[in-house]
Amino acid sequence: MPAEDTILELVQVSKSFDDLQVLTDCSLRVKKRETLVLIGPSGSGKSTLLRCINLLEPPSKGSVLFEGREISGDLRHGDKVRRDIGMVFQNFELFQHLNAVENIMLAPMKVLGMSRHDAHDLGLELLGKVHIPERADHFPDELSGGQQQRVAIARALAMRPKIMLYDEPTSALDPEMIREVLDVMTELSNEGMTTVCVTHEMGFARRAADRIVFMEDGRILEDAATEEFFGGKANERAQKFLSQILH
Amino acid sequence: MSLDLVLQYLTSQSFAHGAWITLLITVVSLLFGVIAGFIIALAQQVRFAPVKVLVTGYLWLFRGTPVLFQIIFIYNVLPSFDIRFSAFWSGVIALSLNEAAYMAEIIRSGLSSVKKGQRTAGQALGMTRLSVLRWVVLPQAARIVLPPMGNQMIGMLKTSALVSVIAVQDLLLVANQTASADFRYFEALTAAGIYYLGLTTIFMFLLATMEAALDPKLRRARATGAAGFGGLVRRIISNTKKAGADNAR
Repeated sequence: MPAEDTILELVQVSKSFDDLQVLTDCSLRVKKRETLVLIGPSGSGKSTLLRCINLLEPPSKGSVLFEGREISGDLRHGDKVRRDIGMVFQNFELFQHLNAVENIMLAPMKVLGMSRHDAHDLGLELLGKVHIPERADHFPDELSGGQQQRVAIARALAMRPKIMLYDEPTSALDPEMIREVLDVMTELSNEGMTTVCVTHEMGFARRAADRIVFMEDGRILEDAATEEFFGGKANERAQKFLSQILH
Repeated sequence: MSLDLVLQYLTSQSFAHGAWITLLITVVSLLFGVIAGFIIALAQQVRFAPVKVLVTGYLWLFRGTPVLFQIIFIYNVLPSFDIRFSAFWSGVIALSLNEAAYMAEIIRSGLSSVKKGQRTAGQALGMTRLSVLRWVVLPQAARIVLPPMGNQMIGMLKTSALVSVIAVQDLLLVANQTASADFRYFEALTAAGIYYLGLTTIFMFLLATMEAALDPKLRRARATGAAGFGGLVRRIISNTKKAGADNAR
């Protein structure tokens, strides 16, 4: 794999909270335009790994390289790093005091200094992209879960990120709303947005992922191309996990 | 009793001046109280032990002694250590320091009512901690904090009458002096009462306006012309009900 294609690299990342070891020597390489799905049992450290990427949780050991630069060395500039790394959360976390379009406008205005007018245009454009242009002036508690999550995706896209991180984006949704969110994510992925997604949606993984990474007990146990992973070539633990979640 | 005399007192310069002093003491003490309270609330989140001890000591001291005690202490005891303030400023300092202790608790609970995930979401967008505080946490905390803060503000208007014991010419002292000079207690105190109620009413309207301004959905409703004076009055009435239990000082 040529180095210039790599956008993100984790080198032997470990993380512990006090006595609890959550991640152990996790190494990972993500290429530009690639979509990677992280799976594994709950408590296996997937979310923590995601949070180490954008330094919301600083790694205890090891390093994170973004576009060839080590970003985990100096945590004071974490906010600058996060401008380029979009993140979507399980519980949406839309800003409750702002309506849909204002949620999208906030970061471009306050971080990038964009004018209110330009930010509003951008907000409406992105609401169109996630297929809810008509909900611009609705507040989070007036939107369905699926709509909230799509606004959250639009909010992350407003910073023109170079990579998107999704932390179980559909786990808090009612079943009938999962599809609309996954569709938006698939579209973005197909357009070439580099994506790292923690999810239990194996349908999405098959459809959108280039690679599947399987984690257990804070370690990366398998890292394989999607067809190989689902084609019975994954290791024993991964196979067992697959059979459990696919019933 | 004479209504003419009440009217005469109401329009007299000394009563108007007394009301002005009461208003001034209230507003200045509230301003300092809110600023100091905000700083204390932020300091409470600091994990550094000496800061914690300092803050806890402050709250213990000012919530554990009567305001009246604090006013008299600053006016009468500090000068023996060569720290001197005018009666007016002694009153303002005591009321501000006392108010800060209560405001700090209100603001702290407001800040902690904003879920951690909201801050994380702000940070994930590349916002700095300060930016997240200003644009994500404070606007949400403000809505939670405003009703109890409003009770404190109206409370302050009445508590400010305590400064009359150190001879600040506030509304109550003026009324009391006038009454004992003319032996017209009913008329003088009625005039003072009317001033107090007038000021309280103005405060209530201001608070209701601020609450409405902070309510994003109401803001949207106003843009389409659905809210107005009636909504403001309804808000005041519901606030008065909430405030009923809050008289424990």
